[in-house]
Amino acid sequence: MSIAMILAVAGLAASGTFLVTSRSLSRIVLGFSLLGHAAVIALLASGGRAGNPPIVDGEVDPDAANPLPQALSLTAIVISFGLTLFVLALARRQQLLSGDDLVEDDVEDRRVAARADEPRDAEARGSDGRDTADEEIRS
Amino acid sequence: MTAVVGLAVVLPLLAAAVVLGVRSLAPVRDVLTLSTMAAVTGMSAALLVEVERNGTVVLEVGGWAPDLGIVLVADLFAALILLVSTATIMAVELFAIGQRRTPAGADPSVVGPLLLVLTGGVSLSILTGDLFTLFVAFELILVASYVLLTHQGRQGQIRSGMTYVVINLFASALFLFGVAIVYAATGTVNMALLAERIPELPEATQVGIGLWFLVVFGTKAAIFPLFSWLPDSYPTAPTTITAVFAGLLTKIGVYVLIRFYSLMELDELGPVLLVIAGLTMIIGVAGALAQDDVKRILSFHVVSQIGYMVMGLGFFTVAGVAGAVLFLVHQIPVKTVMFLAGGLIEDDQGTSTLSRIGGLATSRPVIAVLFALPALSLAGLPPFSGFVAKLALVDAGMASGAWVIVTVSLVGSILTLLSMTKIWLGAFWGEITAPAVPASSRRSVTIMQSAAGIAVAGTIAVAIVAGPLWTVSERIATDLLDRAPYITAVRG
Repeated sequence: MSIAMILAVAGLAASGTFLVTSRSLSRIVLGFSLLGHAAVIALLASGGRAGNPPIVDGEVDPDAANPLPQALSLTAIVISFGLTLFVLALARRQQLLSGDDLVEDDVEDRRVAARADEPRDAEARGSDGRDTADEEIRS
Repeated sequence: MTAVVGLAVVLPLLAAAVVLGVRSLAPVRDVLTLSTMAAVTGMSAALLVEVERNGTVVLEVGGWAPDLGIVLVADLFAALILLVSTATIMAVELFAIGQRRTPAGADPSVVGPLLLVLTGGVSLSILTGDLFTLFVAFELILVASYVLLTHQGRQGQIRSGMTYVVINLFASALFLFGVAIVYAATGTVNMALLAERIPELPEATQVGIGLWFLVVFGTKAAIFPLFSWLPDSYPTAPTTITAVFAGLLTKIGVYVLIRFYSLMELDELGPVLLVIAGLTMIIGVAGALAQDDVKRILSFHVVSQIGYMVMGLGFFTVAGVAGAVLFLVHQIPVKTVMFLAGGLIEDDQGTSTLSRIGGLATSRPVIAVLFALPALSLAGLPPFSGFVAKLALVDAGMASGAWVIVTVSLVGSILTLLSMTKIWLGAFWGEITAPAVPASSRRSVTIMQSAAGIAVAGTIAVAIVAGPLWTVSERIATDLLDRAPYITAVRG
């Protein structure tokens, strides 16, 4: 595997992962495109050295490149293309619903977390403990 | 019989296309969907009988030899899980037909075809004998699940759908890297060939490959610490969808984990699996105790129960793996039916938040029974299937001398019972609360309850045939750990 391939995979995977961890879905989409490219290059590199086209006029070239990783890459590219479109559609829907395309925290998680942070006297207030937690989320 | 192996994958996918074409004709669509699922279930049953009698059935797709082409392999393990899965999906589809007349129900013209796509994906991931085809099968399942989760387009669904999609896309990317790593190391993606070549690799490479795929399959299976997407996303979907996800998707992850780890002889990672299993059990159930919504509590239990199966695999003994297989067979219908019962509560009361409902044992005794039976089974009380499965695992643990994990698993069981009691106290006892307005029609309630009833009957059937099932599980475990039967069946 050539050093250029290794560097390309590492660079793409690193920047892809960085983008995926952000809050905005449009950045996440870009991140997945980069990650997908990294994976495809890794697949190609796994097939060994570069070579001639595998089959020309029905003849098999002894210096041919390994065709299997190419077939695998092609499948992977098609799948990631379709899924990118789906994520974009999700981002659009989120934008319509909330005005931006940020990935939000889970409401119930925040409620449980807020309950842990809340002072103990919330228990004494009884049933409105839940409402207090909800208000804290909103604030 | 080789044709049946192919049909189990192709038939649901073709039917999905046809059903999508006639999606506005409700009766035709429902009959077609249900009959396809019945056909696939029937074929899986025939396949199980055939494999049990005459050994593994291998289909070489397109007639290519295993080192060149794709193979589908139906061994006893695959046939058994295939039968349980397809039967479960069929019960869920029946429930969906009932539920679609209710306000909370999913869009029937989407659910029918997509459940068929899901069935095709599930069959393919169970039957495939090729790592890259497994990736494609996972994508097939995931694409169907993305759409099922978000198709109603409500705010909560989009929010949790994004988490679900992002996590799974990341896991898929890691899967692709994993395929590249394995191909670079061995020059093949055929599992039988991998089973021959991976144990010959240097030990560090083996451990690396094992850990990499532990992350990939572990994300699907929702093991600790990769589970947090699950309790966020599952409860927001309509019940039908949550039920099928909870019953099948994580279990397919476990199935593949068992298959991969046993076939690649990754015994040296056993201790890692056991630590992860213990943490998954305890943290999952602890999460459940903090929740106040039936569907969320059940979602955390999905995580917790995964720990038990991973524990069985982690022993790498015949008894342990057989216990894991039995647990898998018990979990698929039980988890599904618990969510269906949760859906019945939600449909009746308009919410599944425990603080807002109560007294269902008096007002809705049928729902109470449909919930209580699988809940007791989940907690592992005799004489239900959960007891048999957990007993097998604890027994295997004691035989391996792994006292710590056995203790942890028993503590986990008690906590499970505690949290089932919490649902019972909150939803079924106490003051009777008013049912939701407008109520669902009597007919749809009947269909939903009978679908849940059939699934409950299925879980009880697992307990009744526990004896023969255990014999089969032991045979499966022996074959899995021996590896030779799989390799010779594929390579001829």
